[in-house]
Amino acid sequence: MSLIDQTATELLAGLGSGEITSVAVTQACLDQIERHDKNVRAFLRVDAQAALERAEQIDRRRKEGRTLGRLAGLPVALKDVLCTRGEPTTCASRMLEDFRPPYDATVVTRLRAADAVLLGKTNMDEFAMGGSNENSAFGPAHNPWDLTRIPGGSSGGAAASVAARMTPLAVGSDTGGSIREPAALCGVTGLKPTYGRVSRYGLVAFASSLDQIGPLAQTAEDAALLLQVLAGHDPLDSTSVDRPVPDYCETVRRPLEGLRIGLVPEYFGEGLDAEVEAAVRQAVRVYESLGATVKEVSLPHSKYAVATYYIIAPCEASSNLARYDSAHYGYRTDQKRMTAELQAQRKQLEEAGDQAALDDLDNPLIRMYRRSRAEGFGAEVKRRIMLGTYALSAGYYDAYYLKALKVRRLIRRDFDRAFQDVDLIAGPVAPTPAFPIGEKVDDPLSMYLFDLYTASTNLAGIAGISVPCGFSRGGLPIGLHLQGPTFAEEIVLRGAHMFQQATDWHRKSPPLH
Amino acid sequence: MPISREEVEKVSLLGRLLLSPQELETMTGQLGQILDYMGLLEEVDTGQVEPMAHALDVSDVFRDDEVRPGLPREEALANAPNRDDECYLVPAVLGELH
Repeated sequence: MSLIDQTATELLAGLGSGEITSVAVTQACLDQIERHDKNVRAFLRVDAQAALERAEQIDRRRKEGRTLGRLAGLPVALKDVLCTRGEPTTCASRMLEDFRPPYDATVVTRLRAADAVLLGKTNMDEFAMGGSNENSAFGPAHNPWDLTRIPGGSSGGAAASVAARMTPLAVGSDTGGSIREPAALCGVTGLKPTYGRVSRYGLVAFASSLDQIGPLAQTAEDAALLLQVLAGHDPLDSTSVDRPVPDYCETVRRPLEGLRIGLVPEYFGEGLDAEVEAAVRQAVRVYESLGATVKEVSLPHSKYAVATYYIIAPCEASSNLARYDSAHYGYRTDQKRMTAELQAQRKQLEEAGDQAALDDLDNPLIRMYRRSRAEGFGAEVKRRIMLGTYALSAGYYDAYYLKALKVRRLIRRDFDRAFQDVDLIAGPVAPTPAFPIGEKVDDPLSMYLFDLYTASTNLAGIAGISVPCGFSRGGLPIGLHLQGPTFAEEIVLRGAHMFQQATDWHRKSPPLH
Repeated sequence: MPISREEVEKVSLLGRLLLSPQELETMTGQLGQILDYMGLLEEVDTGQVEPMAHALDVSDVFRDDEVRPGLPREEALANAPNRDDECYLVPAVLGELH
């Protein structure tokens, strides 16, 4: 099998035995990027020279018999929302086009310490806001299975890069489905860990109570390998939980005896594509054939997940994104033009004698903020800042934000109750397979509704994974969603691995030409 | 409509955004549609429910107060769009335009 088709676990074995070198693996990935990324656009930046130098260095250290890290010599792609010291970290936004962070994200520090080879930064929806990757200021990524379609988002480049075999491993972030949904649409495995399992230090903040970093890979075994390196307490993130990290690499191979799978009737209602439903139900039958029992569990508040999520996430985003003031870092508008515009407006109002409007006119600093942000942010980011600012503003706080926080608790309680009866909840990840690029750009609400099955995982703070479970008649991947209780990553990964031992959907790769 | 164009304009100032007349128009329609959908939450009885701001039951996390190196000034200023040797430069807040 060619190097690019091998899983990270297989590559690691070959690297360990000396059969292959990191330089060969890295070069194979770079060649694949070179061949196909002009069409897929999974990467915003590839650092070929640094990657090869790093690979060479690891090969040399291996030859010298030195102790190496857990990912020694394996290429890893980073979503461009993760800070890399001194290297561009854009969040796919004009706002951060020239931003070079003064520090590494904790997960980046951990990957370097594990001797991973960092390939570059992957495409995404601007500031991780979106489910289609169409919100990238640098152009959308494309689905490797059909280049006219979306790869999903917001970690669209990460999922596409693994699907297109440009990297065995990628790191993404998931606020309302941003790892799992693109994983499903691109036919790869993607895990959103429990909130607090992975440090968010150096992850550019979108919605701080929901954001979580996680792995994308071909298999659950590989996701376990990457999570092993990412997970753990970090004093620099007070929301990262100080509890031991299990040996995911070891336990992932153990099948789950007496597994109880929950099926949620609310997930199989209106809006679910028939082919997706059929593939998910077939996947559940696979579990039954492996000895699992299937039980119906109810999540009565699941239908409120999208409304709750699209209040809480924009509220947190509007607050987090207030930091982009065009003073400390980030894009600034042309100051001369801005000043001239303001002077012209003032003159016009003075001539008209409109004192009220004159009193309301922005001072130059406020106008600089407003112009810079208007030019630096894309349409979806602006929409969410507006939505969040409105929902938090005087008179609306109780009706929107506070109400959503209360419904959030009810959503969490539904899960707590369900997990008394079952170990994992199975369902669809996305309501349909990948749709054509452009289809929903003018209809933000229909785009939001695409998060129907994934947003509640983040609201509840639990773990969830997307596993390839079939294809549509049109040849588009379909994902199976497995959700588990808090800190049940072991169960989620073992459940996913069990399925992948019995099926081969995850071994299919797209026909790139 | 749940939100008027005037409210959208006011919120754009609070959110430090500047929207063109065309954007104001589009935003008013889209926010209205989205807020209409949020109305779905009204049917949920949340009378006795505590709000949940965070998924974790941790609060007041402390660490030892150790002296560690901070960000050197040059690094802190390195990404500034406009600066001098020691400060960020912004338009004057007080006084006349220049």
